[in-house]
Amino acid sequence: MNDILEGLVSAFWLVVTFDTDLMQISLRSLQVSLSALVIASVIALPLGTFLAIRRFRYRRLTISLLNALMGLPPVVVGLIVYILLSRSGPFGVLGLLFTPTAMIIAQVIIITPLIASITHQAMRELWAEYHDLLISLNTSGWQRIKTLIWDGRRNLLTASLAGFGRAIGEVGAIMIVGGNIDNATRVLTTAIALETGKGDFALALALGFVLIALAIGINISIHWLSRTEREGRW
Amino acid sequence: MSMMLPLTLKDVVVRRRGKRLLGPVNLTLRPEGLTMIVGPNGSGKTTLLRVMHGVERLSDGSATWAVAEEEARHRQAYVFQTPIMLRRTVADNLRYPLQLIATPRAEIETSVNHWARRIGLEARMGLQATRLSGGEKQKLALARALIRKPDVLFLDEPCANLDGASTRDIESILQTALTEKTRIIMTTHDLGQARRLAGDALFMLHGVVHERGPASDFFSTPQTAELQAFFRGDIIA
Repeated sequence: MNDILEGLVSAFWLVVTFDTDLMQISLRSLQVSLSALVIASVIALPLGTFLAIRRFRYRRLTISLLNALMGLPPVVVGLIVYILLSRSGPFGVLGLLFTPTAMIIAQVIIITPLIASITHQAMRELWAEYHDLLISLNTSGWQRIKTLIWDGRRNLLTASLAGFGRAIGEVGAIMIVGGNIDNATRVLTTAIALETGKGDFALALALGFVLIALAIGINISIHWLSRTEREGRW
Repeated sequence: MSMMLPLTLKDVVVRRRGKRLLGPVNLTLRPEGLTMIVGPNGSGKTTLLRVMHGVERLSDGSATWAVAEEEARHRQAYVFQTPIMLRRTVADNLRYPLQLIATPRAEIETSVNHWARRIGLEARMGLQATRLSGGEKQKLALARALIRKPDVLFLDEPCANLDGASTRDIESILQTALTEKTRIIMTTHDLGQARRLAGDALFMLHGVVHERGPASDFFSTPQTAELQAFFRGDIIA
């Protein structure tokens, strides 16, 4: 209990004194996870919507696969990305290993299935509602996807935030591909793992509280910006 | 008068899971007026309407317009029994069909304002369409269907569950559309409405067209025993 209190106190001091290391680490965490979120959303939102409205041969298989990939172990993703990006790997020439870019790649792989799968669930319901009308209006496939994404944007926001939650709290993959290098690839989660290993629980806890505050702050501000929960329907 | 018609249905059959829902139906729709489809529940009225609109998969037979199918698809509209509201404002619901066909913005706004006034919702344009009352939703659905000025309009029991005033508003919009040469094909359970609007009529029973004729004869001198029973209000098995 004492440790937790101490952690809160040092978290407070780290924040109010604008500790340079903390700021840098937090910003890097945000930068990596938000980039991963944007890239994953650009892929997953249309993909999930497409799966909801289009009947094709291997659709069921694709959806089961997607659901299975939601549980992809980050450590394994990290390992595979590591091998692909390592000097001797196929993308070794790009020199991306141990850079924030590698961490973004790993996180995109981890959260894309999650966002796509939640999107698919939400869009399936909306499509059931809109189906007859959009067919009757003679819409093209692309117009249907656009309409569903726009009218289901609040559900999609939830899907994206779930992805962000997973990305910002993820440690296994970015530890492997990022390497937790001070001033280069150290982020909140890897720093927490390191400080815990060193036995500096106060600092680890402080970083942990900052991480939680960050996650809550991002969620609230996105909801506020997108004006969810304001109109009667939602 | 529309160049799209006549619409010819030839030996149309619709089967789902081994059960015959419709057909065989052979039918030619002449180019003008309002065709009313009546009949008991499950007699195939909606399926027939959907076949004509081209959104039902045919198990057999064919439905052909006088113009190419792609063109025909563009020039018709359908109003569903339960109005489907986009989760947008009233104004955006009206804009939507025009935006799909890339209508110039100024033209869209003119049409939207015209139709909002026509259905009496001009004060509620900014409201979410899903929050309208049942009658308002159905009027909005009708306006959204007519906003592209379709040559052919299908309506599936547009006045089910509506009160007298809303029914009158909808019938008045349909009358206007008729004078502007829109071809209308609709189903109804309201025989009063059928008499008020119909130019000719079809009686559906067990998935086939049991009797048809111009409204004058159809309602006053029904030929088949089943249609006579239907008009008397008997329950037809």
